[in-house]
Order: sequence, then C-alpha cells, then structure tokens
Amino acid sequence: MSEGANAFDLIFSGEAKLYSIVALSLYVSVCAVALAAFVGFPLGAFLALSRFPGRSVLVVTMNAFMGLPPVVVGLVVFLLLSRSGPLGHWGILFTPRAMIIAQALLVLPIIVALSRQTIEDLWEEYRDELNAMRVGPVRCVVTLLWDGRFSLMTTLLAGFGRASAEVGTVILVGGNIDGFTRTMTTAIALETSKGDLPLAMGLGVVLITIVLAINAMAWGVRRVGELRAG
Amino acid sequence: MHAGMSDLPIHIDQASVRAGDVTILDGVSLAIAPGKPTILVGPNGSGKSTLIRLCMGLIEASSGRITWGGRNNQGERCAMVFQRPVMLRRTAAANIDFVLASGSRSARDERIAQLLKQVGLERLRDRPARRLSGGEQQRLALARALALNPDVLFLDEPTASLDPAATKAVEDIIRSTSDAGIKIVMATHDLGQARRLAGDIAFLVRGKLTEYSTSEAFFTSPATPQAAAFLRGDLVL
Amino acid sequence: MSRRIILAAVLAVSAGLCGQAIAQEKSIVVSSTTSTTDSGLFNHLLPIFKAKTGIEAKVVSQGTGQALDTGRRGDADVVFVHAKGQEEKFVAEGAGVKRFPVMYNDFVLIGPKSDPARVKGSKDIVGALKAIKGKSAAFISRGDKSGTHSAELNLWKQAGIDIAADKGPWYKEIGQGMGAALNTASASNSYVLSDRATWLHFKNRGELDIVVEGDNKLFNQYGVILVNPEKHKHVKKDLGQAFIDWLISPEGQKAIANYKINGQSLFFPNATAQGV
Repeated sequence: MSEGANAFDLIFSGEAKLYSIVALSLYVSVCAVALAAFVGFPLGAFLALSRFPGRSVLVVTMNAFMGLPPVVVGLVVFLLLSRSGPLGHWGILFTPRAMIIAQALLVLPIIVALSRQTIEDLWEEYRDELNAMRVGPVRCVVTLLWDGRFSLMTTLLAGFGRASAEVGTVILVGGNIDGFTRTMTTAIALETSKGDLPLAMGLGVVLITIVLAINAMAWGVRRVGELRAG
Repeated sequence: MHAGMSDLPIHIDQASVRAGDVTILDGVSLAIAPGKPTILVGPNGSGKSTLIRLCMGLIEASSGRITWGGRNNQGERCAMVFQRPVMLRRTAAANIDFVLASGSRSARDERIAQLLKQVGLERLRDRPARRLSGGEQQRLALARALALNPDVLFLDEPTASLDPAATKAVEDIIRSTSDAGIKIVMATHDLGQARRLAGDIAFLVRGKLTEYSTSEAFFTSPATPQAAAFLRGDLVL
Repeated sequence: MSRRIILAAVLAVSAGLCGQAIAQEKSIVVSSTTSTTDSGLFNHLLPIFKAKTGIEAKVVSQGTGQALDTGRRGDADVVFVHAKGQEEKFVAEGAGVKRFPVMYNDFVLIGPKSDPARVKGSKDIVGALKAIKGKSAAFISRGDKSGTHSAELNLWKQAGIDIAADKGPWYKEIGQGMGAALNTASASNSYVLSDRATWLHFKNRGELDIVVEGDNKLFNQYGVILVNPEKHKHVKKDLGQAFIDWLISPEGQKAIANYKINGQSLFFPNATAQGV
C-alpha cells in the first residue's frame, strides 16, 4: 500500500490484497456466527422452554454478556491459547481459528439471549397447540426454531454485526499478521496508526458497504421467505 | 399411538381445578363415551374451556381424577381444535404433514390430499397457512386434528370468531366427522349450534356441572332453574 | 426442503472450520515492534526472504516489552526488537538463545513548527528535553513499555529529570503504539519522540516536523533473538534460525540497506557475525 494509493484504487485495480482481507474478514465472522448459532440456538431454546433452579441467573448473565467487552474476551482467549496457557498445545494462537473462537464467544451471548426471548414469546403462543398435538420436547424446540426463523435471522445479523465490526479481540488473538490474520478492522487500525487516514477511512467505507450489502441481502431473503411462508 | 387401545370412555371423577383462591372447576364428574356429540354449554367463565383442557391433559386437576379408556396416562388418541388455532409458519399441506407420524412420502401426500378435500381446502394446498382467512384456518385446524386419527375430537368454541357461512362450513365438517364414528366434545355458547349438533348437553355454571342430559331433554324441559334461565337468556351471574 | 439447505450450509461451514488449519506450510511467527511494521520494512524484506528460502514469516507487531513477553510465553519463534537492556535480560533469563544485532536507525524529536520550547535545529536532545520541561510544552509519551518508551525514559534520566515525579499536565502518556502517539501529537501540536523510520512513513503530519536529530544519544539498535527451544519445544528452531541467519547475512543486510523512502534510507545494517 504505497503512497497515493487509496481504498478505491485498491478495489478497482482489483488488488488481490484487499480482496484477501475482505475474504478473511467475512470468513472469520461468518464462521464465528455459524459456530455461535450452532451452540446458541439450541441453548437459547432450552433456556426458553425449561424451568430449573438458577435459570434466571443464567438468563440475566446472558443478557448482560451481550455487552461483553471484546478486549476482555480477547484477553481470556489469548491467555487460554497462548503456548503457556492451558490450550497452548493446540498451537492456534495468531491464526484465523483463534479469531473465530474469540468472536464466537463474543457473539454467543447475543445469540442465546435474543433467541431465548424470541423462542419464549413463540412458545407462549404455541404451547397448547403443540401439546395438544402430542409433540415431544425435542421436536417442540425444532419447530419453534424453524417457525421463529425470520426473527432468528435478525439475531444472526446482530451477531454478525458485532463480529465484523469488532477489532479488540481479533487484534489480540490474531496478531494482525499481514496476509494471514489481517481483517478489515485491524487493517483500519493499522492504517490509522500509520497516519494514512484517507486509506483508513476508505477501508472503513468498504467495510460499511459490505455490512450494508449483507444486511440488504438478508432483508430480501426475509421478505421473500415471509411472502412464501406467511 | 396405541392402535386398538381406545381412549374412550373418558371418566372424570370429582375433578376440581383451582388457580390460587379461584375455583375454576368444582367437583365435576362426567363420562365421555362413544356416540353422538357431547356439547358443553354455559355462560362465559363457567369452566367449559378448562374442562376441555383437562380432558386433553393440557392441565392437571387440583383434586379428583381422570382416566382415558381406564388408563391414567394422558390420552394418546385425543385431538383438539382451539378457538384461534395456531397455524405453523408453512403451507397448508405442510401443517397437516407436521402431525402425520409416519408413512412414505406418497402415502402422506395422499392422506394430506384426502384431508384437505374433506375440509374443502384442496385448492389452497400450497398456500401459506397464515395467509388463509379465519374460516379457512379453522377448517385447516380441523384437518390437522383429524390427521392424528383421534378417537375423540375436542373443539373449544371453534366458530366463535367466524361469520355465518364459515360457521356452517365448520359445522358440516363436525357433523360428517361425528358420522364417521369420531366422538365430538365441543364447547360453545351458541345455543342454536348446540341444538343443531348435540347428542348430549353438559351445562356448566360457575365451574359446576349443573345439568347433564340428552339434547332433547335439555332444550324442552330443563331440570334446573339455572338452565331454564340460561335458555331464556336471563341467567345473570 | 429449505431446512436441508440450511443444515447443509451449517455443515459446510463447520467442515471449513475444521479443515482450515490443516494445510501446514513452512512458516514462523516473528514478534516484532510497531516501528518495523509501520515503517514498511517487513513488507520490503519478507517477500525477498520467502523467495530465497520458501519460509513464510508471520509478523505480529507489538511494543518491544509486549513483543518480548510474547516470546517469553512461547507464542513466537523469533523476536525482533529494539531495547538492548530488555533484550539482554531476555537472553540472560533463558527465554532466548542468543542476541544478534541487525541494524540501527535513530530516534528523532518531533515537534510543532511553532516550536514553543525553542529547540528547533539543536543537536542536543538532553538540552531540548530540559527546555520542554522548563516551558511545560506539551509532550506525548508512548507509555507502553516499548523500545521507544524505554529510550525516552532513559533520555529524561540523562537530562537529570525524574519524569515520574516531575511530570505535569503537559506530559501525557497514551499507552499506545508509535503511530497512535504521532496521531495524538499531530492533533494536539505536541512534542513526541519517534523512530525515524515510522516518522518517514507517517502521513498525517499536520504541523509536525523534526526538531532535534543527529545526537549520538538518539542511536537506536535493533536485535533479533531465537526463542529458546529448550523452554518451548514447539519453537521452530531451524526455520527461525534460518531467518536470523539471513538477516545478518550480506544478502539480508543489503536488503535492509536498500529499503528507502524518498531516497532516504530508514535502517542501517550493522550486524556482527558472531552475535552477542
């Protein structure tokens, strides 16, 4: 990224580097959200449907953890994955996998808390009907998740937004290694520290554009889905 | 499902349901046996819906007991249609498919087609269920309940929010269902409807089963002053 | 039907997640300072090194103190930093194998063109710091235990000023990297000590310029150390040593000398073959 270059030149000249940064950002955030959803949706549904001692503590904790400071999550994952930490033998610090794990932890409370709320509201409506149909608990959860899919998609977007916008954890556990763990946000942080504010701003505009495009796409999918499924 | 093991008769023995200080059902005893429809009538708040939910096993009795075909466990061959049924967020056909337990794809499709035809919705097969009108949703709910192959079908004010034409369509389905040998237990506050459909009438007031007799006896010579007042439209609580 | 598609997508992503890191290549992790990255030196050196050896050096850039800690924990194979005292301690405690001097550059004192402390053009850094303190002119300190921060603290000491005790509101520690410190100085027209390389590469200068340079006390030596494989078994000692050997080889030294911005060299190679 030599002098005079700006983000738009980088895009339109098809500079491979920018593409790889964008691709890595999307890859990490999408994987993190998928991982968090895989665990978070069933957990949210479980919290919504079950009653056990300590449940409200868990619910409040998840609600509070939606605002978990990224740097703290980053630090915890960093200490876990460091060679001197308990999971050091995995050898994945400063790799995209470490970034995915950290972001997934960051996103998980959002998915759990919001999906619990969605599923609990839906359960209120569906409970008698599903019980009258003699539907078992596992199938209840699956049915509620599926029928709540449009609201849950918004939950996924909220998670994706948090993951893709975040810089604190990925710079700590990813190391911002050029061509390997550099994402949009860490690239913006780096260009800012180099004093190349126009390039940093340009990258910021690119990031916002991508996030907008993804949300627009999701909105379109939701509209079509709702038209088709009611 | 336990094929061959009927849920009928359902015996309700001195069942009470209380919520806090409020008694919703008060020592109700009733036997639901195969035959013509049993219609629960009574003013608002008399406990009709609660009695149906109790029979479905959706709530438990605070005291007393209830058995299905002589067994204590919740009836397996009971189905129910609510006043405002919940349509699953999928097509009409998929709503029925949801409760069809097993069978090949083609066998299920055949059963879905037959049930939709039975309730007159065959043309709306692929329509999202939530986009159907109120009457169509109620008929789809009936088809969905019938897909469970029930011995007994409970209906909680199924026409309360429908217009006369839709009400007639639903009543026709109820009648043909009853003719096909499925026991109907229905709550309604529409006396005309009760008269049109009933075999027996169970009359509830303030959670008590006040009168239980054949439809003819109930409408021509009610045994209690409350029933007489109710039929005149004079029952003031 | 669409449920199956979603399930398939989830499975595909999970599979990608697991398969991703299996592809192993010849690579090492180098923990280094912000100055070597922010100045663009690694962007210049690493492609040459990779072409020669096929080894990919992944650089994590942090302040010198943090970079050494990363090595200490075993999270890097090689450290490449500039704070001789800290580096010698690192080797002495057994965290590193051996320290090799690689190159030097120099620090410069950056200040606003209005020059409120009247130090511009001087070659005496100690005098300049005394003047800044005397006028209580705004000064930005890295405050992050980096090599530059150590050098700055050392210079205050040489000026006979106990900065920890004597600092006033004019002296601000920001606890961030060189670039952030320069951005802050630029926005507040303050003095700041910077390595020359980062300064030359820095674009958001505003009213800032070099005010003091050329003092011998501003000399800034870089060293490279292999993390001790006896402490951390996974350290890639052959690949890491290959990187060090190349840096101090005539070819690596020439590559360092060849890195220029606007015709100006940023780093001056001075490796001694035997190491320290």
